[in-house]
Amino acid sequence: MDVILLQLLNGLDKGGAYALIALGLTLIFGTLGVVNFAHGALFMLGAFCAVSFNALLSLELVTIDPDKTTAWGTPLEIRTPYVEAYLGDFGAWLLNFSVPVSILLAIPVMLLVGFVMERGLIKHFYNRAHADQILVTFGLAIVLQEVVKSIFGANPIPQSAPETVRGAADIGAVLGFDPGVIVYPYWRMVYLGFAAVVIAAVFAFLQFTTFGMVVRAGMADRHTVGLLGINIERRFTIVFAIAAVVAGLAGVMYTPILPPDYHMGMDFLVLSFVVVVVGGMGSLPGAVAAGFLLGILQSFASMNEVKAILPGIDQIIIYLVAVVILLVRPRGLLGRRGVMES
Amino acid sequence: MSLIRKPLNRRSILRAGAMGGAALATPTVFTSSAWSAPYLNEPKGGEVTFGFNVPQTGAYADEGADELRAYQLAVKHINGEGDGGMLNTFSSKALGGNGVNGKKVAYVTGDTQTKSDAARASAKRMIEKDGAIMITGGSSSGVAIAVQSLCQEAGVIFMAGLTHSNDTTGKDRRANGFRHFFNTEMTGAALAPVLKNAFGTDRKAYHLTADYTWGWSQEGSIKKYTEALGWNTVAAVRTPLGAGDFSQYLTPVLNSGADVLVLNHYGKDMVNSLTQAVQFGLREKQVNGKQFEIVVPLFSRLMAQGAGDAIKGIFGSTNWNWSLQDEGSQAFVKSFGQEYGFPPSQAAHTCYAQAILYADACQRAGTFEPCAVAAALEDYEFDGLGNGPTLYRGADHQCFKDVLVVKGKENPSSQFDLLEVVEITPRAQVEYAPDMEDVKGDLGTCNNGA
Repeated sequence: MDVILLQLLNGLDKGGAYALIALGLTLIFGTLGVVNFAHGALFMLGAFCAVSFNALLSLELVTIDPDKTTAWGTPLEIRTPYVEAYLGDFGAWLLNFSVPVSILLAIPVMLLVGFVMERGLIKHFYNRAHADQILVTFGLAIVLQEVVKSIFGANPIPQSAPETVRGAADIGAVLGFDPGVIVYPYWRMVYLGFAAVVIAAVFAFLQFTTFGMVVRAGMADRHTVGLLGINIERRFTIVFAIAAVVAGLAGVMYTPILPPDYHMGMDFLVLSFVVVVVGGMGSLPGAVAAGFLLGILQSFASMNEVKAILPGIDQIIIYLVAVVILLVRPRGLLGRRGVMES
Repeated sequence: MSLIRKPLNRRSILRAGAMGGAALATPTVFTSSAWSAPYLNEPKGGEVTFGFNVPQTGAYADEGADELRAYQLAVKHINGEGDGGMLNTFSSKALGGNGVNGKKVAYVTGDTQTKSDAARASAKRMIEKDGAIMITGGSSSGVAIAVQSLCQEAGVIFMAGLTHSNDTTGKDRRANGFRHFFNTEMTGAALAPVLKNAFGTDRKAYHLTADYTWGWSQEGSIKKYTEALGWNTVAAVRTPLGAGDFSQYLTPVLNSGADVLVLNHYGKDMVNSLTQAVQFGLREKQVNGKQFEIVVPLFSRLMAQGAGDAIKGIFGSTNWNWSLQDEGSQAFVKSFGQEYGFPPSQAAHTCYAQAILYADACQRAGTFEPCAVAAALEDYEFDGLGNGPTLYRGADHQCFKDVLVVKGKENPSSQFDLLEVVEITPRAQVEYAPDMEDVKGDLGTCNNGA
């Protein structure tokens, strides 16, 4: 029972990340009709917003110690972070909370990145074949990756969660199990809660605002909305930027779980596309449901008991489920008629 | 009966002389040392080209960049530029700082991308198009084994870079391939006694293993040596390479009854699995009345930087560390540090040593002919390259030297000062027979590509 509960938590947590990325992908596909292979790169850029913010806070005053030398004979440098030197306790607090605080930096940065990406490149490919869109966005993803690599290197850069949520919680003790049987890292629970809040906020925005209503109408029939005199293209640009922010925030909050490196977006991209296809192209609830479903299935497939019966199942489960679902429900779990169908 | 004698004249004497000279010279031509026979990419002009095949893109790009820095430094030193680095401390004095066999060393580079097919393609390009006489480098055992077999088929020497699987000089050993780096068998032999002293003999281990040649080799060696101590292996679970999130593999550890987690992961996998294991509270856990422990058998300082604080107090092994105080290591750290502004990694060290060892073997053999160079490397004893007295064993082309057991430093003095040397395990303790069950293989015959 404890093992199942733990794997369920793992699956929900993993599913949270898949759902956040897939949500943005579906938003872009549903509104602009673009298959955005650069979406994983947006997740990675978000993570590097957290890295940059932390690096900015960690900028150090370098002084030379004239009496000491390094092992290779150059003078020894003494480093003190500016932020601690000038802001005292608040500086130390900022450094400790650098990951959640960097959300404030990530939102405007990702909005801008999304805006520039859509206006500067992607809008020129609206009327091109999906293959062209895939090629150009994939190329863009590689360019963004290489830019990040040239600045930050290829090695993962560790980011710490705030000290108060750094350990693991003994959930088992709360649920009546023996102490220490079900422990789960605080930050992963924070991430799950954060994913739920972001998903709820996106749905609320689309469901309860006029802007959202127009976007939903545009997703259903952009020509009719255009005929009503609404500039749907401008709204779709904003939707693209919002999708970029959602992916970016998912990346920011994921950094304490997975030390970010330039390739982390690509690792998530393929899975997220499977999530979108399984959920149903263009279906937002489908993307979220499939994200959690595949996350949970992936976790259960990794259990030793399951692997003992079906060795290697953990590596193919997602694709196996995708094949089965597409055979049984060709439009995906919650896919609509007419999307990606001629 | 009459004897008809032809008169001797100047022409007949010259002809006889020429024929006699040719006859006398003939056996020399056919019986002189084999290396005067042609061989692949025999250098003709004043330069000889080395091929540096390192990961320049992909997850190991930083390690590859450090390997390339080391190679460039080695070329400088071989050609007589810079301070000479470890050439000053190397026991062989064959290289005189004027290139190799009177030829200046030039180099070409390839990108392995840490993918076997890409690494083979770049090695092939360097051999066929650039005329590389030797290929060296790499950061993965899968890649090393693939490139080594390509070099064997092509007929050039392969000086392996960072490759730790037993198979490189075990079942996949080749006559044209040589490895300076240590292997998982040596890691097991060196690490086990330290683990026994630190954690005792009554332990239950849970292995998470990267699912490829190096991971299997590492898991096998650690199991072999820890089980010999009395440890019990609870489970050994294979994880896909580049899994990213290891939570689904870590949670079963919590209630498995194990009190030691062995992470047979390297690079990004090691950074992620170790970071996440610490987040799951494994290091604070008490199991079977004992403190739960984590072991990372193969450490890399470059990778340790990625794991941050998670690495503190964790035991592992390494081929070399810049904090070593021997003359050779210090000369190398000084030379590398002055050139690039930071200390070299173990990958840089092994690559530098391999370039120097190859150049030295060519100089001692008096040729670049691969089989003569291989003969010069086989059973060669040397010192002064940072690992103490070392033997390049002829039977499997594996170097035997001291092995470092290290621990993540609790209070690092800088971003580079991450590992603390716990023990220098003497070479005798990590030596094994070349035909031992886990490592036996067939070298085959040397190929010079002619």
